Amino acid sequence: MKQIAILGAMTVAGLSAGAVSAGTLDDVKARGKLNCGVVTGLVGFGAPNANGEWEGFDVSYCRALAAAVLGDPTAVEFIPTTGKTRFTALASGEIDVLARNTTWTFSRDVDLKFDFIGVNYYDGQGFMVPKELGVSSAKELDGATVCIQTGTTTELNLADYFRKNNIDYEPVPIETNAEAQPLYLEGACDVYTTDASGLAATRAAFENPGDHVVLPEIISKEPLGPAVRHGDNDWADVARWTLNALIAAEEYGVTSANVEDMAAQAGDSPEVNRLLGTEGNLGEMLGLDADWAKRAIAAEGNYGEIFEKNIGENTPIGLARGLNAQWTEGGLLYAPPFR
Amino acid sequence: MSDTHAESVAYVRDTMLPQQPPPASEAGAVKWMRENLFSGWFNTLLTLVSLYFIYQIVTGAWPWFANGIWTASSLAECREILGGQTGACFSVLTERWNQLLFGFQYPSDQYWRPVTAFVLLIVALAPVLYPKAPRQLLVVTALYPFVAFWLIWGGTLLAPLVALIGVAGGYVAFKLVEHQSFAMGAFAGLVAALVIWVLGGFVSGSAENVLALQPVPSRDLGGFMLNMILGTVCVSLSLPIGILLALGRQSSMPIIKWICVIFIEFIRGVPLITLLFVANVVLAYFFPPDANIDLVLRVIIMITMFASAYIAEVIRGGLAALPRGQYEAADSLGLDYAQATRLIIMPQALKISIPGIVNVAVGLFKDTTLVSVISMFDLVGMIRGPILASTEWNGVYWELWGFAVLLFFIVCFSISKYSQWLERQLATDHR
Repeated sequence: MKQIAILGAMTVAGLSAGAVSAGTLDDVKARGKLNCGVVTGLVGFGAPNANGEWEGFDVSYCRALAAAVLGDPTAVEFIPTTGKTRFTALASGEIDVLARNTTWTFSRDVDLKFDFIGVNYYDGQGFMVPKELGVSSAKELDGATVCIQTGTTTELNLADYFRKNNIDYEPVPIETNAEAQPLYLEGACDVYTTDASGLAATRAAFENPGDHVVLPEIISKEPLGPAVRHGDNDWADVARWTLNALIAAEEYGVTSANVEDMAAQAGDSPEVNRLLGTEGNLGEMLGLDADWAKRAIAAEGNYGEIFEKNIGENTPIGLARGLNAQWTEGGLLYAPPFR
Repeated sequence: MSDTHAESVAYVRDTMLPQQPPPASEAGAVKWMRENLFSGWFNTLLTLVSLYFIYQIVTGAWPWFANGIWTASSLAECREILGGQTGACFSVLTERWNQLLFGFQYPSDQYWRPVTAFVLLIVALAPVLYPKAPRQLLVVTALYPFVAFWLIWGGTLLAPLVALIGVAGGYVAFKLVEHQSFAMGAFAGLVAALVIWVLGGFVSGSAENVLALQPVPSRDLGGFMLNMILGTVCVSLSLPIGILLALGRQSSMPIIKWICVIFIEFIRGVPLITLLFVANVVLAYFFPPDANIDLVLRVIIMITMFASAYIAEVIRGGLAALPRGQYEAADSLGLDYAQATRLIIMPQALKISIPGIVNVAVGLFKDTTLVSVISMFDLVGMIRGPILASTEWNGVYWELWGFAVLLFFIVCFSISKYSQWLERQLATDHR
């Protein structure tokens, strides 16, 4: 018991020591590398390719951030984290930023002492069923067996939703998406539920995707976003505005193809000029140089390009923009003004 | 005598009949089958049922193997080529074999290094495992840890060289002082080694490019190579530690005994996965953020602690099985504790413990796959993470897991076969 108390005291001391050490931006610059926590593997969002290079939707954000801060999109040390190790890795300072499809929730933000710097993907929990069941709504799932990942928010959402609608179900706990696929296909469960993006990716990998339907109900809000440690606002600002720059670039039509031209001299759009540093001193305010946003956009493209390249409709995953369209096109992406 | 009845007997055979071959039903395959497969109606029934199942499995699995696609670049392409037939998509193995074996970050032009280390491992193990191998090979065994470290992690040759000199210096010091007492010798050896390491650390730290291979950080190790490294290092480290713990637990000195008992019972009371989480997650809180203690090193320490606690208990079993008379005989010869243990007790106790030790070793080797849970990319981690999460190969299961099963089976089965052979070699017991 005493041992536990000592361990606990040391943990608390370690935690507070981690929180005190500010200046992540300076640390990253001094190190010359960005330590970016990513997923160990999630289709479209982050995985190494055949050459061992990381690629994916979340990975692109890391590269953009590294380009903005260090001027080199390859100056990233990708540190793979699992759902269980991600928060300690961030809190202990092992990683500078966590870009790992993590849902922004109250307790993670407030209690675990992280700052979510924005939302890079608006997701929500959905259901997939085989077509032959003839189910067209989640409300018809009475008595179904449901494959569900344990220890995630999806598990709690499911319980809430089915209780609210007075539906009986039998959960089949699984650990990862990769395990769910064969179980679902073999008929161990009637329904598979996880984030809609995950459902789309899973369904796309099936031999006959047409035999399965994703039900229209989305039963939860899952805003996924990068997170940094609480209390280091300078670094949080850099991370936040890099993401905003990618989103704003799409809104203003700045792409990786034309960013060099647009940044060469001030154009007639003041917003673009301020974003790309041909006007004003936004970069200086962040503690970076004037070209920071140009480099971030040049790294992997603006938000729309990153989306299309990794998870968009032309990829095997084939996600529609949906909620993740710009606000001008009916979506939720809305970057605050660069001013 | 012989001709007593000579007149009364009509005919006496005076030559042996030539030996006849046994009847067809009593020889060869027919006999074997009759005795082993059809020796009664019940066994016949079982045989037929088994044959039916084997037939079903083989005919069911054969098209899957035979139609296997080896050249496609993605699962979708595999399915296109197969056009609805059953067939495996072995292309994932041909495209990602290097990631499965070495992890995805090990520089591909340096693959010769772990391969060399693996070949040398076999050479280094030969004199330890086979008494008939030439004794000169023991030199390779002694040098192997340092060479293997240099090959796999790279960097300057000076670092492992300093470590080697330290060990050698420690051994010389031990030999010089040993005649006083074993404990004094061990202490002198330890001091000498530490002095050399500290002094040598300055030298090798300042000359990082002398005979340097491209350094590979631990984080970049992966695949089956990582399982092999963890398995080999942890088993070989945990054997001596386990022996010391087992002896310590039997010691008559109370403090040493209590320390050993508490260590063993604590470690055995905790699941390995918990220790791994501690290595990955909790230890990070205790070190300052920039003091980046190598993750692989942390994991090796934890797995070694775990394995040595188990091996200690196995060896304690061996010690307990020795008759009391062996200890007394050693005492009556005037041997001191170190001599008696080294020359009389341990050789017998270890022989009894072999099956248990091998059991722990095989279990430990398979347990190394648990590191995939703390986001290290060993063979299982590579499959579960990057490969199944790539857009090309999302959905390939049997081929990948089959490959993993094959690799692990080869290693574990060889260990098991070896231990059976060794037990027969050492079978001097009282049957």
